[in-house]
Amino acid sequence: MTTIQKLLTTLFFLCTFSSVQAQTVMVAVAANFTEPMQDIAAAFDEETGNKTVLSFASSGKFFAQIKNGAPFDVFLSADTAKPLALEEAELSVKGSRFSYALGGLVLWSTNADFIDSQSPDVLTAGQFKHLSLANPKLAPYGLAAVETLNNLGVYDDVANKIVMGENIAQAYQFVATHNAQLGFVALSQVMKQGKLSSGSGWIVPKDLYSPIRQDAVLLKKAKDNDAAKALLDYLKSDKALAIIESYGYSH
Amino acid sequence: MFSDANLSAILLTTKLASIVTILLLLISTPIAWWLARTRCRAKVAIEALVAMPIVLPPSVIGFYLLVAMGPEGPVGQLTQALGLGTLPFTFTGLVIASIFYSLPFVVQPIQLAFENISEHYLEAAATLGANPLDRFLTIALPLALPGFLTGGILGFAHTVGEFGVVLMIGGNIPDVTRVVSVQIYDYVEALEYDQAWELSAIMIAFSFVTLLLLYLFNPNKRKTA
Repeated sequence: MTTIQKLLTTLFFLCTFSSVQAQTVMVAVAANFTEPMQDIAAAFDEETGNKTVLSFASSGKFFAQIKNGAPFDVFLSADTAKPLALEEAELSVKGSRFSYALGGLVLWSTNADFIDSQSPDVLTAGQFKHLSLANPKLAPYGLAAVETLNNLGVYDDVANKIVMGENIAQAYQFVATHNAQLGFVALSQVMKQGKLSSGSGWIVPKDLYSPIRQDAVLLKKAKDNDAAKALLDYLKSDKALAIIESYGYSH
Repeated sequence: MFSDANLSAILLTTKLASIVTILLLLISTPIAWWLARTRCRAKVAIEALVAMPIVLPPSVIGFYLLVAMGPEGPVGQLTQALGLGTLPFTFTGLVIASIFYSLPFVVQPIQLAFENISEHYLEAAATLGANPLDRFLTIALPLALPGFLTGGILGFAHTVGEFGVVLMIGGNIPDVTRVVSVQIYDYVEALEYDQAWELSAIMIAFSFVTLLLLYLFNPNKRKTA
Protein backbone atom coordinates (compact mmCIF):
# COMPACT_ATOMS: atom_id res chain seq x y z
CA MET A 1 0.00 0.00 0.00
CA THR A 2 1.14 3.50 -0.70
CA THR A 3 1.48 5.95 2.13
CA ILE A 4 -1.70 7.70 1.08
CA GLN A 5 -3.60 4.42 1.07
CA LYS A 6 -2.25 3.54 4.50
CA LEU A 7 -3.24 6.92 5.79
CA LEU A 8 -6.74 6.66 4.36
CA THR A 9 -7.19 3.16 5.77
CA THR A 10 -6.06 4.30 9.19
CA LEU A 11 -8.39 7.29 9.00
CA PHE A 12 -11.27 5.05 7.97
CA PHE A 13 -10.73 2.72 10.91
CA LEU A 14 -10.28 5.61 13.28
CA CYS A 15 -13.58 7.07 12.18
CA THR A 16 -15.57 3.87 12.45
CA PHE A 17 -13.88 3.03 15.73
CA SER A 18 -14.66 6.36 17.29
CA SER A 19 -18.25 6.33 16.06
CA VAL A 20 -18.81 3.02 17.82
CA GLN A 21 -17.00 4.17 20.95
CA ALA A 22 -18.34 7.66 21.44
CA GLN A 23 -21.32 9.65 20.30
CA THR A 24 -21.88 13.35 20.27
CA VAL A 25 -24.79 14.85 22.14
CA MET A 26 -25.88 18.37 21.25
CA VAL A 27 -27.58 19.95 24.24
CA ALA A 28 -29.53 23.21 24.36
CA VAL A 29 -29.26 24.47 27.94
CA ALA A 30 -31.32 27.26 29.51
CA ALA A 31 -28.90 30.02 30.53
CA ASN A 32 -29.61 29.72 34.25
CA PHE A 33 -28.42 26.11 34.27
CA THR A 34 -25.07 26.88 32.62
CA GLU A 35 -22.69 26.12 35.47
CA PRO A 36 -24.24 22.94 36.86
CA MET A 37 -24.62 21.55 33.35
CA GLN A 38 -20.95 22.19 32.56
CA ASP A 39 -20.01 20.14 35.64
CA ILE A 40 -22.52 17.41 34.83
CA ALA A 41 -21.45 17.17 31.18
CA ALA A 42 -17.79 16.94 32.17
CA ALA A 43 -18.54 14.10 34.60
CA PHE A 44 -20.75 12.34 32.04
CA ASP A 45 -18.16 12.58 29.26
CA GLU A 46 -15.45 11.28 31.53
CA GLU A 47 -17.52 8.29 32.62
CA THR A 48 -18.95 7.32 29.24
CA GLY A 49 -16.44 8.63 26.69
CA ASN A 50 -19.19 10.47 24.87
CA LYS A 51 -18.85 14.03 23.73
CA THR A 52 -21.40 16.47 25.06
CA VAL A 53 -21.61 19.79 23.23
CA LEU A 54 -23.42 22.49 25.20
CA SER A 55 -25.15 25.61 23.89
CA PHE A 56 -26.44 28.26 26.25
CA ALA A 57 -29.24 30.74 25.55
CA SER A 58 -32.70 31.60 26.78
CA SER A 59 -35.35 28.91 26.54
CA GLY A 60 -37.50 31.03 24.26
CA LYS A 61 -34.68 31.36 21.75
CA PHE A 62 -34.01 27.63 21.81
CA PHE A 63 -37.69 26.92 21.37
CA ALA A 64 -37.81 29.03 18.21
CA GLN A 65 -34.61 27.43 16.91
CA ILE A 66 -35.77 23.87 17.58
CA LYS A 67 -39.09 24.56 15.86
CA ASN A 68 -37.07 25.70 12.88
CA GLY A 69 -34.83 22.69 12.66
CA ALA A 70 -31.91 23.39 15.02
CA PRO A 71 -29.77 20.24 15.37
CA PHE A 72 -30.15 19.68 19.14
CA ASP A 73 -30.56 16.25 20.72
CA VAL A 74 -31.59 17.32 24.20
CA PHE A 75 -33.31 20.45 25.46
CA LEU A 76 -33.01 21.59 29.07
CA SER A 77 -35.61 24.32 29.41
CA ALA A 78 -36.00 26.87 32.20
CA ASP A 79 -39.69 26.08 32.42
CA THR A 80 -42.28 23.37 31.80
CA ALA A 81 -44.28 25.11 29.08
CA LYS A 82 -41.75 24.91 26.25
CA PRO A 83 -40.90 21.20 26.52
CA LEU A 84 -44.64 20.53 26.67
CA ALA A 85 -45.25 22.65 23.58
CA LEU A 86 -42.50 20.78 21.73
CA GLU A 87 -44.12 17.48 22.67
CA GLU A 88 -47.49 18.71 21.40
CA ALA A 89 -45.84 19.78 18.16
CA GLU A 90 -44.38 16.25 17.91
CA LEU A 91 -40.84 17.58 17.90
CA SER A 92 -39.81 15.60 20.96
CA VAL A 93 -39.92 11.94 21.96
CA LYS A 94 -43.11 11.16 23.90
CA GLY A 95 -42.51 10.09 27.48
CA SER A 96 -39.02 11.57 27.65
CA ARG A 97 -40.07 14.75 29.46
CA PHE A 98 -39.16 15.11 33.15
CA SER A 99 -38.21 17.79 35.71
CA TYR A 100 -34.47 17.88 36.21
CA ALA A 101 -34.33 20.76 38.68
CA LEU A 102 -36.37 23.15 40.79
CA GLY A 103 -34.99 26.67 40.79
CA GLY A 104 -34.52 28.75 43.93
CA LEU A 105 -35.00 32.52 44.14
CA VAL A 106 -32.96 34.97 46.17
CA LEU A 107 -33.14 38.72 46.75
CA TRP A 108 -29.51 39.67 46.37
CA SER A 109 -27.14 42.64 46.63
CA THR A 110 -23.39 42.90 46.08
CA ASN A 111 -23.21 44.97 49.27
CA ALA A 112 -22.47 42.63 52.18
CA ASP A 113 -24.53 44.60 54.71
CA PHE A 114 -27.50 45.58 52.56
CA ILE A 115 -29.93 42.68 52.91
CA ASP A 116 -30.95 40.96 56.13
CA SER A 117 -30.77 37.23 55.48
CA GLN A 118 -33.87 36.75 57.65
CA SER A 119 -36.30 39.30 56.18
CA PRO A 120 -37.26 41.23 53.05
CA ASP A 121 -37.58 44.53 54.97
CA VAL A 122 -35.07 46.12 52.62
CA LEU A 123 -37.83 46.25 50.00
CA THR A 124 -39.96 48.62 52.06
CA ALA A 125 -37.11 50.59 53.63
CA GLY A 126 -36.76 52.23 50.20
CA GLN A 127 -32.99 52.80 50.34
CA PHE A 128 -32.50 51.86 46.72
CA LYS A 129 -33.12 53.29 43.28
CA HIS A 130 -33.42 50.19 41.11
CA LEU A 131 -34.69 46.69 41.78
CA SER A 132 -33.60 44.28 39.09
CA LEU A 133 -35.57 41.26 37.99
CA ALA A 134 -35.95 39.07 34.93
CA ASN A 135 -38.81 39.94 32.58
CA PRO A 136 -41.81 38.07 34.10
CA LYS A 137 -43.27 37.61 30.64
CA LEU A 138 -40.22 35.68 29.48
CA ALA A 139 -38.49 34.16 32.47
CA PRO A 140 -39.93 31.93 35.19
CA TYR A 141 -37.56 33.57 37.68
CA GLY A 142 -39.06 36.95 36.81
CA LEU A 143 -42.56 35.60 37.28
CA ALA A 144 -41.56 34.14 40.65
CA ALA A 145 -40.12 37.52 41.66
CA VAL A 146 -43.38 39.30 40.82
CA GLU A 147 -45.39 36.65 42.69
CA THR A 148 -43.13 37.15 45.69
CA LEU A 149 -43.57 40.94 45.62
CA ASN A 150 -47.34 40.51 45.37
CA ASN A 151 -47.46 37.98 48.18
CA LEU A 152 -45.41 40.28 50.38
CA GLY A 153 -47.86 43.08 49.49
CA VAL A 154 -45.07 45.41 48.35
CA TYR A 155 -45.40 45.29 44.58
CA ASP A 156 -46.95 48.76 44.29
CA ASP A 157 -44.24 50.24 46.55
CA VAL A 158 -41.43 49.09 44.29
CA ALA A 159 -43.12 49.03 40.86
CA ASN A 160 -41.52 52.23 39.59
CA LYS A 161 -38.05 51.07 40.66
CA ILE A 162 -38.13 47.83 38.69
CA VAL A 163 -35.68 47.32 35.84
CA MET A 164 -35.95 44.16 33.78
CA GLY A 165 -33.33 41.95 32.24
CA GLU A 166 -34.43 39.86 29.29
CA ASN A 167 -33.40 36.81 31.28
CA ILE A 168 -32.09 35.98 34.71
CA ALA A 169 -28.47 36.33 33.58
CA GLN A 170 -29.10 39.97 32.71
CA ALA A 171 -31.05 40.58 35.92
CA TYR A 172 -27.92 39.37 37.68
CA GLN A 173 -25.67 41.56 35.52
CA PHE A 174 -27.57 44.72 36.49
CA VAL A 175 -26.90 43.99 40.17
CA ALA A 176 -23.35 42.73 39.66
CA THR A 177 -22.38 45.98 37.89
CA HIS A 178 -23.94 47.97 40.80
CA ASN A 179 -26.42 49.66 38.49
CA ALA A 180 -29.25 48.13 40.50
CA GLN A 181 -28.67 48.06 44.25
CA LEU A 182 -30.51 44.78 44.58
CA GLY A 183 -32.43 42.27 42.55
CA PHE A 184 -34.18 38.93 42.40
CA VAL A 185 -31.75 36.44 40.89
CA ALA A 186 -31.44 32.68 40.68
CA LEU A 187 -30.00 31.09 43.78
CA SER A 188 -27.72 29.14 41.46
CA GLN A 189 -26.06 32.37 40.32
CA VAL A 190 -24.89 33.46 43.75
CA MET A 191 -24.60 30.16 45.57
CA LYS A 192 -21.44 28.11 45.43
CA GLN A 193 -20.94 25.01 47.56
CA GLY A 194 -24.15 25.69 49.46
CA LYS A 195 -23.52 29.29 50.55
CA LEU A 196 -23.65 32.83 49.16
CA SER A 197 -20.43 33.48 47.28
CA SER A 198 -20.61 37.27 47.69
CA GLY A 199 -22.73 40.15 48.94
CA SER A 200 -25.87 39.67 51.00
CA GLY A 201 -29.18 38.05 50.27
CA TRP A 202 -32.56 36.85 51.48
CA ILE A 203 -33.46 33.40 50.18
CA VAL A 204 -37.13 33.65 49.25
CA PRO A 205 -39.25 31.04 51.07
CA LYS A 206 -40.73 28.52 48.63
CA ASP A 207 -44.32 29.28 49.73
CA LEU A 208 -44.10 32.80 48.27
CA TYR A 209 -43.88 31.72 44.63
CA SER A 210 -44.97 28.87 42.37
CA PRO A 211 -42.28 26.23 41.88
CA ILE A 212 -39.73 27.10 39.18
CA ARG A 213 -39.82 23.69 37.60
CA GLN A 214 -37.33 23.10 34.81
CA ASP A 215 -38.09 20.33 32.34
CA ALA A 216 -35.82 18.37 30.05
CA VAL A 217 -36.84 16.59 26.88
CA LEU A 218 -35.33 14.28 24.25
CA LEU A 219 -35.80 15.77 20.80
CA LYS A 220 -37.09 13.86 17.78
CA LYS A 221 -33.79 14.03 15.96
CA ALA A 222 -32.15 12.02 18.78
CA LYS A 223 -34.73 9.26 19.11
CA ASP A 224 -32.04 6.69 18.21
CA ASN A 225 -29.14 8.45 19.90
CA ASP A 226 -28.16 6.24 22.84
CA ALA A 227 -25.75 8.81 24.22
CA ALA A 228 -28.50 11.41 24.39
CA LYS A 229 -30.73 8.99 26.28
CA ALA A 230 -27.85 8.10 28.59
CA LEU A 231 -27.28 11.80 29.31
CA LEU A 232 -30.93 12.26 30.29
CA ASP A 233 -30.66 9.24 32.61
CA TYR A 234 -27.44 10.64 33.99
CA LEU A 235 -29.27 13.86 34.93
CA LYS A 236 -31.31 11.75 37.37
CA SER A 237 -28.27 10.04 38.90
CA ASP A 238 -27.13 10.72 42.46
CA LYS A 239 -23.93 12.26 41.21
CA ALA A 240 -25.77 14.74 38.98
CA LEU A 241 -28.33 15.51 41.69
CA ALA A 242 -25.50 16.32 44.10
CA ILE A 243 -24.04 18.78 41.57
CA ILE A 244 -27.49 20.28 40.96
CA GLU A 245 -28.07 20.79 44.70
CA SER A 246 -24.66 22.35 45.26
CA TYR A 247 -25.77 25.20 43.01
CA GLY A 248 -28.86 25.92 45.08
CA TYR A 249 -31.40 23.97 43.02
CA SER A 250 -33.63 21.33 44.54
CA HIS A 251 -35.48 18.57 42.72
CA MET B 1 -54.20 49.43 14.32
CA PHE B 2 -51.40 48.83 16.83
CA SER B 3 -51.61 47.82 20.46
CA ASP B 4 -50.74 50.53 22.99
CA ALA B 5 -47.50 48.76 23.80
CA ASN B 6 -46.42 48.69 20.16
CA LEU B 7 -47.40 52.30 19.60
CA SER B 8 -45.47 53.35 22.67
CA ALA B 9 -42.38 51.47 21.48
CA ILE B 10 -42.62 53.01 18.00
CA LEU B 11 -42.99 56.55 19.40
CA LEU B 12 -40.11 56.03 21.82
CA THR B 13 -37.87 54.68 19.06
CA THR B 14 -38.71 57.60 16.78
CA LYS B 15 -37.99 60.07 19.56
CA LEU B 16 -34.68 58.39 20.39
CA ALA B 17 -33.54 58.24 16.77
CA SER B 18 -34.54 61.88 16.10
CA ILE B 19 -32.69 63.28 19.10
CA VAL B 20 -29.64 61.12 18.42
CA THR B 21 -29.56 62.17 14.76
CA ILE B 22 -29.68 65.88 15.56
CA LEU B 23 -26.95 65.55 18.21
CA LEU B 24 -24.86 63.38 15.91
CA LEU B 25 -25.01 65.89 13.06
CA LEU B 26 -23.72 68.55 15.47
CA ILE B 27 -20.98 66.34 16.92
CA SER B 28 -19.92 64.79 13.63
CA THR B 29 -19.49 68.01 11.66
CA PRO B 30 -16.32 69.26 13.43
CA ILE B 31 -14.91 65.71 13.62
CA ALA B 32 -15.53 65.13 9.91
CA TRP B 33 -14.15 68.55 8.96
CA TRP B 34 -10.99 67.96 10.99
CA LEU B 35 -10.53 64.45 9.57
CA ALA B 36 -11.05 65.70 6.03
CA ARG B 37 -8.58 68.59 6.29
CA THR B 38 -5.90 67.58 8.77
CA ARG B 39 -2.40 66.39 7.92
CA CYS B 40 -1.87 65.34 11.52
CA ARG B 41 -0.33 61.90 12.01
CA ALA B 42 -2.96 61.01 14.60
CA LYS B 43 -5.64 61.15 11.88
CA VAL B 44 -5.67 57.43 11.11
CA ALA B 45 -5.87 56.58 14.80
CA ILE B 46 -8.87 58.89 15.27
CA GLU B 47 -10.47 57.47 12.12
CA ALA B 48 -10.03 53.94 13.47
CA LEU B 49 -11.48 54.99 16.83
CA VAL B 50 -14.56 56.55 15.20
CA ALA B 51 -15.11 53.46 13.04
CA MET B 52 -14.85 50.96 15.91
CA PRO B 53 -18.60 50.57 16.54
CA ILE B 54 -18.89 49.14 13.00
CA VAL B 55 -16.86 46.09 13.96
CA LEU B 56 -17.53 45.80 17.70
CA PRO B 57 -20.45 43.60 18.72
CA PRO B 58 -23.14 45.86 20.24
CA SER B 59 -23.16 43.68 23.33
CA VAL B 60 -19.52 44.64 23.92
CA ILE B 61 -20.30 48.35 23.61
CA GLY B 62 -23.36 47.87 25.82
CA PHE B 63 -21.49 45.96 28.47
CA TYR B 64 -18.65 48.49 28.71
CA LEU B 65 -21.15 51.34 28.86
CA LEU B 66 -23.11 49.54 31.58
CA VAL B 67 -19.95 49.23 33.66
CA ALA B 68 -18.60 52.70 32.80
CA MET B 69 -21.90 54.48 33.47
CA GLY B 70 -22.60 52.45 36.62
CA PRO B 71 -22.08 53.93 40.09
CA GLU B 72 -18.53 52.55 40.28
CA GLY B 73 -17.52 53.46 36.72
CA PRO B 74 -15.72 56.66 35.66
CA VAL B 75 -18.71 58.08 33.78
CA GLY B 76 -21.04 57.12 36.61
CA GLN B 77 -18.79 58.84 39.15
CA LEU B 78 -18.85 61.99 37.04
CA THR B 79 -22.62 62.05 36.47
CA GLN B 80 -23.20 61.44 40.17
CA ALA B 81 -20.84 64.25 41.11
CA LEU B 82 -22.81 66.51 38.76
CA GLY B 83 -25.99 65.49 40.54
CA LEU B 84 -27.41 63.65 37.52
CA GLY B 85 -27.47 60.21 39.08
CA THR B 86 -26.46 57.26 36.93
CA LEU B 87 -27.41 56.82 33.28
CA PRO B 88 -28.34 53.14 32.74
CA PHE B 89 -32.10 52.54 32.67
CA THR B 90 -32.76 56.15 31.57
CA PHE B 91 -33.67 57.68 28.22
CA THR B 92 -30.61 59.96 28.46
CA GLY B 93 -28.47 56.84 28.88
CA LEU B 94 -29.91 55.42 25.65
CA VAL B 95 -29.22 58.68 23.81
CA ILE B 96 -25.57 58.70 24.89
CA ALA B 97 -25.07 55.02 24.10
CA SER B 98 -26.70 55.45 20.67
CA ILE B 99 -24.39 58.38 19.88
CA PHE B 100 -21.38 56.10 20.39
CA TYR B 101 -23.01 53.32 18.43
CA SER B 102 -24.09 55.38 15.39
CA LEU B 103 -21.18 57.84 15.24
CA PRO B 104 -19.29 56.29 12.28
CA PHE B 105 -22.45 56.15 10.17
CA VAL B 106 -22.76 59.92 10.37
CA VAL B 107 -19.09 60.96 10.44
CA GLN B 108 -17.99 58.94 7.42
CA PRO B 109 -20.44 60.28 4.77
CA ILE B 110 -19.85 63.87 5.94
CA GLN B 111 -16.08 63.39 5.94
CA LEU B 112 -16.26 61.97 2.41
CA ALA B 113 -18.34 64.97 1.27
CA PHE B 114 -15.84 67.42 2.79
CA GLU B 115 -12.92 65.58 1.17
CA ASN B 116 -14.57 65.93 -2.23
CA ILE B 117 -14.70 69.71 -2.01
CA SER B 118 -11.94 71.12 -4.15
CA GLU B 119 -9.34 73.18 -2.29
CA HIS B 120 -9.60 75.78 -5.11
CA TYR B 121 -13.07 76.99 -4.08
CA LEU B 122 -11.91 77.60 -0.54
CA GLU B 123 -8.71 79.30 -1.67
CA ALA B 124 -10.59 81.53 -4.11
CA ALA B 125 -12.97 82.55 -1.35
CA ALA B 126 -10.03 83.28 0.93
CA THR B 127 -8.42 85.58 -1.63
CA LEU B 128 -11.75 87.44 -1.86
CA GLY B 129 -11.51 88.06 1.88
CA ALA B 130 -13.81 85.38 3.32
CA ASN B 131 -12.73 84.36 6.82
CA PRO B 132 -12.48 80.64 7.73
CA LEU B 133 -15.93 80.52 9.36
CA ASP B 134 -17.45 82.31 6.38
CA ARG B 135 -15.75 79.86 3.99
CA PHE B 136 -17.03 76.92 6.00
CA LEU B 137 -20.62 78.16 6.27
CA THR B 138 -21.11 79.53 2.76
CA ILE B 139 -19.01 77.11 0.70
CA ALA B 140 -18.15 73.87 2.51
CA LEU B 141 -21.53 73.26 4.16
CA PRO B 142 -23.72 73.73 1.06
CA LEU B 143 -21.37 71.67 -1.10
CA ALA B 144 -21.36 68.87 1.47
CA LEU B 145 -25.13 68.82 1.86
CA PRO B 146 -25.63 65.39 0.24
CA GLY B 147 -23.12 63.98 2.75
CA PHE B 148 -25.14 65.45 5.63
CA LEU B 149 -28.34 63.96 4.24
CA THR B 150 -26.75 60.55 3.86
CA GLY B 151 -25.20 60.75 7.33
CA GLY B 152 -28.46 61.90 8.89
CA ILE B 153 -30.51 59.15 7.29
CA LEU B 154 -27.98 56.45 8.11
CA GLY B 155 -27.60 57.68 11.69
CA PHE B 156 -31.37 57.69 12.17
CA ALA B 157 -31.83 54.25 10.63
CA HIS B 158 -28.94 52.72 12.51
CA THR B 159 -30.29 54.03 15.82
CA VAL B 160 -33.74 52.64 15.07
CA GLY B 161 -32.16 49.25 14.41
CA GLU B 162 -30.09 49.28 17.57
CA PHE B 163 -30.69 46.31 19.84
CA GLY B 164 -27.71 44.88 21.71
CA VAL B 165 -26.75 48.15 23.34
CA VAL B 166 -30.29 48.94 24.52
CA LEU B 167 -30.72 45.44 25.84
CA MET B 168 -27.58 45.82 27.94
CA ILE B 169 -28.21 49.23 29.47
CA GLY B 170 -31.94 49.75 28.99
CA GLY B 171 -33.65 47.64 31.61
CA ASN B 172 -36.68 47.23 29.35
CA ILE B 173 -38.81 49.92 31.00
CA PRO B 174 -42.03 50.79 29.10
CA ASP B 175 -42.05 54.35 27.70
CA VAL B 176 -38.48 54.93 28.91
CA THR B 177 -36.20 52.33 27.35
CA ARG B 178 -38.39 49.70 25.67
CA VAL B 179 -37.70 50.41 22.00
CA VAL B 180 -39.07 48.51 19.00
CA SER B 181 -36.17 46.08 18.63
CA VAL B 182 -36.45 45.05 22.29
CA GLN B 183 -40.22 44.75 21.97
CA ILE B 184 -39.82 42.40 18.99
CA TYR B 185 -37.29 40.36 20.91
CA ASP B 186 -39.73 40.06 23.83
CA TYR B 187 -42.50 38.82 21.54
CA VAL B 188 -40.28 36.17 19.99
CA GLU B 189 -39.03 35.01 23.38
CA ALA B 190 -42.58 34.91 24.73
CA LEU B 191 -43.66 32.89 21.66
CA GLU B 192 -46.08 35.69 20.65
CA TYR B 193 -45.12 35.33 17.02
CA ASP B 194 -48.15 37.20 15.61
CA GLN B 195 -47.15 40.38 17.41
CA ALA B 196 -43.53 39.84 16.42
CA TRP B 197 -44.56 39.51 12.77
CA GLU B 198 -46.53 42.76 12.86
CA LEU B 199 -43.77 44.86 14.36
CA SER B 200 -41.05 43.20 12.27
CA ALA B 201 -42.99 43.91 9.09
CA ILE B 202 -43.06 47.59 10.04
CA MET B 203 -39.29 47.52 10.54
CA ILE B 204 -38.75 45.92 7.15
CA ALA B 205 -40.94 48.50 5.44
CA PHE B 206 -39.13 51.26 7.34
CA SER B 207 -35.69 49.98 6.29
CA PHE B 208 -36.73 49.82 2.66
CA VAL B 209 -38.20 53.31 2.63
CA THR B 210 -35.11 54.68 4.40
CA LEU B 211 -32.72 53.18 1.88
CA LEU B 212 -34.98 54.30 -0.94
CA LEU B 213 -34.78 57.89 0.37
CA LEU B 214 -31.05 57.52 0.68
CA TYR B 215 -30.66 56.63 -2.98
CA LEU B 216 -33.18 59.26 -4.10
CA PHE B 217 -31.30 62.02 -2.29
CA ASN B 218 -28.00 60.73 -3.51
CA PRO B 219 -28.38 60.00 -7.21
CA ASN B 220 -24.75 60.95 -7.88
CA LYS B 221 -23.49 58.10 -5.79
CA ARG B 222 -24.16 55.61 -8.56
CA LYS B 223 -22.48 57.67 -11.26
CA THR B 224 -19.31 58.21 -9.27
CA ALA B 225 -19.15 54.75 -7.73
